[in-house]
Formats: sequence, structure tokens, C-alpha cells
Amino acid sequence: MSVDSKEKLTVSGLHVAVNGQEILKGVDLEIGRGEIHALMGPNGSGKSTLGYAIMGHPSYEVTSGTIELVDADGTHHNVLEMEPDQRARAGIFLAFQRPMSIPGVRLADFLRHAVTNIRNPDRKEGQDLIPMREFRGDLKAKMAELEMDSDFARRYVNDGFSGGEMKRAEILQLAMLRPRFAVLDETDSGLDADAVRLASQSIAKIGGADMGILVITHHEQLLEHNIPHRTHVMLGGRIVESGGPELATELHKQGYERIRVAYPEAAAAEQAMTATV
Amino acid sequence: MKTSSVESLAPVPTAHSATATRSSFDHRSLALLIAASNSPAWVNEHRQVAFERLESLGMPARNDENWMRTDLRLFKPQAWGPRQPPEPTEPMPVGLLAEAIAAGHGGQETFLNEPSGPVHATRSLAGKVLSLDGHVQYEQLDESLARQGVLFGPANRLLAEHPDVFKPHWFSVIDSGADWFAAMHAAFHTAGAVLFVPPGVRVTAPFYALSAITPGGVDTGHVLVVLGEGSEATVLTETAGGGGPTTRPSDGSPSPATGGFHCGGTEIVVGARAFLRIVNLQNWNDGVWHFARQKAVVHEGGRLQWTLGALGSRLSQVAQDVALVGRGAHAQVNGVMFTVGRQQLVYNTLQHHEAPDCRSDLLYKGALQDRSRLVWRGMIRVNKLAQKTDGYQRNDNLMLSSEARADSIPGLEIEADDVRCTHGATSGRVDEEQIFYAQARGLSADEAARLVVAGFFQQVFDRITIAPVREAFAQAISSRIRRLS
Ligand SMILES: Nc1ncnc2c1ncn2[C@@H]1O[C@H](COP(=O)(O)OP(=O)(O)OP(=O)(O)O)[C@@H](O)[C@H]1O
Ligand SMILES: [Mg+2]
Repeated sequence: MSVDSKEKLTVSGLHVAVNGQEILKGVDLEIGRGEIHALMGPNGSGKSTLGYAIMGHPSYEVTSGTIELVDADGTHHNVLEMEPDQRARAGIFLAFQRPMSIPGVRLADFLRHAVTNIRNPDRKEGQDLIPMREFRGDLKAKMAELEMDSDFARRYVNDGFSGGEMKRAEILQLAMLRPRFAVLDETDSGLDADAVRLASQSIAKIGGADMGILVITHHEQLLEHNIPHRTHVMLGGRIVESGGPELATELHKQGYERIRVAYPEAAAAEQAMTATV
Repeated sequence: MKTSSVESLAPVPTAHSATATRSSFDHRSLALLIAASNSPAWVNEHRQVAFERLESLGMPARNDENWMRTDLRLFKPQAWGPRQPPEPTEPMPVGLLAEAIAAGHGGQETFLNEPSGPVHATRSLAGKVLSLDGHVQYEQLDESLARQGVLFGPANRLLAEHPDVFKPHWFSVIDSGADWFAAMHAAFHTAGAVLFVPPGVRVTAPFYALSAITPGGVDTGHVLVVLGEGSEATVLTETAGGGGPTTRPSDGSPSPATGGFHCGGTEIVVGARAFLRIVNLQNWNDGVWHFARQKAVVHEGGRLQWTLGALGSRLSQVAQDVALVGRGAHAQVNGVMFTVGRQQLVYNTLQHHEAPDCRSDLLYKGALQDRSRLVWRGMIRVNKLAQKTDGYQRNDNLMLSSEARADSIPGLEIEADDVRCTHGATSGRVDEEQIFYAQARGLSADEAARLVVAGFFQQVFDRITIAPVREAFAQAISSRIRRLS
């Protein structure tokens, strides 16, 4: 199997600026379908920025570098040319660190639109949604697996949700949309101990060998059932070090002091970034 | 969903429209109107009194509290007058609500419009009255209801046949001397519909009245609804037709083929322990001037659910009053407004608590696109005797363009000391972060915007318990939303 025949999401030499200020200063990352990558790094190092850039948030301007999606047959797609919804339809997913609420729109209705578009990527607005019966069956099954009350789907998207409820709703959406590649941005934060365990198991089950996942986390529990193939450390807008699962364990135990000392240039960039805020 | 398109109307014959536009609301046209109608004498006496009042009134002054936010500079009263009956071949514009009911909307399996309470999904109507340019074209009433004593039809006929029922209420609810428009309406009203539901009779299918006009047409319809003690009914009224914005031909005269003029009145009497659901949808084409005075009186233990929808017109000025006159009366008032282009809609609402233990709850929601303008001025007035009043008023606006403008002016006048009255107003924009979030889940930006706007109105849709009405409103609004600017 040649490298190019692997289904993957690649980020190379990525520079991203917000309001003219550079946040990411050259990020390289390759996630194969079926792989789990952990992304760690201190607050403000640029982890969420990478997730937004991959999803296409309009405020995050890619000043140089590429993001590509490579199909199993070797076809390359330039992700940077796609609108966010095209990226989603192409199989990219972002679980938000801070999901947005949409008052008045029931989670079920929102998801029915989402599922329809992602299953028929060429669908135009106004064309039929997937049949209610089929959708409802699927939704109920997924909610049961996630130990969620089915009444939850009748609530308005993230409106008045607790922190933990929001994260569970993000996992539900991941389960319903079954993307090829997912960035999970602190999907464990806000969850209680039992919920984190369940989330860890569910993500492993949803992902399996099917999904390439980038797990952004400050905690260890989410990785319990999702042993990372690779762990990356971000500092000052760069991935400064990558390793195996043992790197995640080390950082959880010992923090980022060794990293800052080992990469003084990135540490200086980190200082400069936080100083301007 | 496109409604009542101008193109579908046959051109107005020149000879007849020329006479129509030159006439005005004067002595001569009143005499002609009285001669042509076969109204009873007491109705004509009302007209004469109102006409005398009209002659003493000018256009509302710019500093009049109720009118100061309404731009009447381009409104020319002399351009309008009573209209001849339309040609029999003149097609009737189709109403939005009528279409939704005929299509049986409301039975769909969707979470979106899923109600929190019981909802009416109906295909059949209890009766209907259709009028064009102030002339009734069609009337019908379910026979079994007629046998139970229900009266529904054009005022002309029913006032003559049942003065005992209607005379005590006719122009007793609204103030026909309030201003030029109120007096003009009281003198020159034609067509419209009157409804009487006898005590204890409960009607589930809706009564339906459509007031339509041709391009350049005039409507002065008057609606009177009287619910006897313990009765129940649903009434849907809507407007359709008229022309686009008034453009002036080179000779400076107003073009008869464009615009339109509506000056209407609605009177509602909800008897003790009766329950009325009523919907008024204003869906004129965008050249029509719309002036309406509407008031409901709710007696002891009566319940009123009153929904106003506004999608059309060039300029609207609406007075919507509710008077709670008997202990324990309850009124819920809903407003759904969507404005586009340079439309200007002005609402003055009053929730008047005249008796103790009453509840009133008003929720107006508006979305504004382009350079449109929406004004809501609301008042809760509580009389000294009206202890234990529970009054609420709220106006939320969603700005879909930076050039639109909304004004919310709540007000309280409270004389009783044991009451709970609250009000609130918000104004917001669609958040780009919401759009991005939805896009990240595969919704296109337009689809996302429509969903966010639909969500904004959901709270008021939840309160409308008539499924086809919710459906019709939701669809009409959705079709008007363009990409956000
Ligand atoms: N929309 C924005 N506007 C202004 N500054 C931003 C924006 N997004 C990110 N930043 C800045 O970019 C830097 C990186 O932020 P980012 O959210 O990517 O960090 P993070 O690694 O996800 O941190 P955390 O662990 O706290 O979530 C921070 O200094 C942040 O303030
Ligand atoms: Mg972050």
C-alpha cells in the first residue's frame, strides 16, 4: 500500500491569522483514517485555532500552507477552497469547545437537516429531508447508546444546556454524522467522571477503524479507550514535538515545563501571544 | 410559496377604474353608497354620524402620539374613494391561510412545528366570506351550524335580518371618532363579515374571511365577531392583492393600477366563558396603504387567543386593543411580523385590565430585512378595580440588515396596587457564529440563516394552536428570507 493510497487529512505548513495577528506559525499534521491523534498544549497555544481552520471558520485566515483530504483512490481535495458546509459534507467534523446555541430550533430538526446533507452531499436547500421514520429510528438508537433521554432531542440546540449536556450533544452529532475525520476540541471538559468514561467508550465505538480523530484534551480519561497512535504537543502556534501514547502520559503527569525549556523559540512565541491579549 | 400575484389579475377596465379613482370619500359617494346598499336605517344613521365627524377631521397631526412614527407624507386621501363592484370575470386573489387549509397543512411529521399543546389540523371550513374591492363575491356557511343558530356572512344582509343580535355591538367596541381613518371607516365601510355564535355552541372548524383588492383597489371591510356565553370558535381573516408601490404617471396623477388602500375595523366580543381563537393576516402586495383599528372585549372567564400576522403592505398603522372587562378574563396576543424593502409597519397595542383577576400576555416578534421599519408601542393599563392583574408584554426583533430599524416602546399605567405587570423588549442580529456552527454540520449558509430565523419565531409559533396557520406563517417567512446582508 503506497502512502498516497491511504485515506487521510493532511495539514502542511499551515499559518493562520486572526484579525491580522498570526496564531499558527507553520503546522504539519497527517491523520490517516482509522488513526487517533492526541493534540495537547497549554492554554492559548493554538489548538482550537487549528480545529477552526480545518473546519473553515471565516475569522481564521489561512495565510499560507495547505489542508488536503486524500481519498482511498489517491484523489486529493483542496479543503481550503471549500465552504464549511462542503467540508462537512466531504466528511470533516468539528466538535466545538464551545458549541453555539440556536434558540427555537430543536436538536432533532437541526440534526435531520445535517444528516440529510451529509448523506446526500449534493443536496440543495429545499429538497426533501430524509424520511422522518428512518431518521427517528436512527436518532433514538444513537441516543440510547449514549444513555441520553430521547426527550433531549426536542430541546433547542444548545439553548440552556449545561456544559456537560452540550458536550454530550456534540458526541451525539458525531455519532449521527459519522464523518471520516473528526476534531474533538475538549469534548471531555464539563463532563462528570462517569460521563467522561462513557464518552471515551462511545467515541471509541463510533470511531473504530472508520474515523481519523484528532482529540484535543487537557485530561487523560478520554484517551483511556482511545489510545493515541500519535501525540502532538503544540506550543506558541507550532507542533513542537510528537510521540506515542507515552508522551500524553508524561505531559499529564509533568506539565509543559520540559517542553518550554526544550523549545525556547516556541516558548517565546507563546509569551508574545499571551502578552498581546 | 408565492401568493396572490398581481400578474394573475386581469387588467382593470379603464372606464370603470377612471370613475372609481376620481371619486373620493365625500357627501356624494356616501349618498351613492347608502342608495346602493340595502342596509337598515340604523346602520345608515351610524354612517351619517361618522361622516359628520369625518368632515371635522384632518389627517392626523405629526405630533399625535399614535401617529408620530408613521410617515403619511406620501399618502394622498383624495386619490381614494369607494370602488364599483368588480367585473364578474375579475379573478379572486388566493389567500395564504386558505391555501394552507386546503392543502391540509399541519399533519406533517416534523419536530419543527411540533406543538406543546393540542392543535387544530383541519381541511374544512365552517364558512367563508370572500370580498373584492369592498364587494362580497361569495359567502357560505355550514348548514348544520346554521341550524344551530350560527350566523356568518356579509354585514349588509345579516344586520338587516338580525338587528337584535348585532345592533347592540355594531360600532360599540371600537372608537369611530378616534381619528380621520376611524371616522372614514365608520362612514364608508363595506363588505367584511359578521359572525355570531350562540351561547354554548362550540365550533371546531374555522370561519374564514378574505378581503382582497385589485391593483389600485380599495377595501373598507368591517368585521364583527360575537361569541355568546360559553361558546367556542376559530376565525381566520386575511388580506391579499393590490398593486406594487405607487408610481406616478407623467401627468402627476396617482396611477390607478398600482398600490391600494385598506381602511378597516374589527370588533370582537367574547362572551362570558367563551373561547375565541382569531387570526388576522395582513398580506397585501407592497404598494398598499393599510390602516386598521381592531379591538376585542372579553367578558367574565372568557378566553381570547389573538394572532396578528403581517407580511405585506407599503405602510401599516394598526391599533390593536384588548379590554378585559369581566373577572378572570384572559387574552393572549401574538404578533408575527416580517418586513422587507422599504415597508413601514406601526403597531399601537393596548391591554386594558378593567376587572380583577384577569391575565393578558402579549408577544410580538418581528424580523426586519432591507431598509424596512417596524414600530411597536404597547401599553398595559390597569384600572383601580382590577386587582390581581397579571399583565405581560414583550417585543423581540431580529434585524436581518443593518439598514432596518425597529422601535419598541413598552408602557405601563397602573392604578391598582396588587398587580403583577412586566414588559420586555429585545433587538438582536443573526450571529455569524451560529451560521458557522450550522455550516460545520453540513447546512448551507442560507439554510442555516433560515433555520435561525425560523427558530426566532418558534416561540410565538408555539403559541398558535392552529396548525395550518403556523405552517402558512412559517413557509411565508422562510420564502422571504434572503442571504443575510
Ligand atoms: N477569534 C479570536 N479572536 C482573537 N483572538 C483569538 C481568536 N481565536 C483565538 N485567538 C487567540 O489565539 C490564541 C490561541 O487560541 P486557541 O483558542 O486556539 O487556544 P487553545 O490552544 O485552544 O487554548 P485552550 O486550551 O485554552 O482552549 C490565543 O491567544 C487566543 O486568544
Ligand atoms: Mg481551545
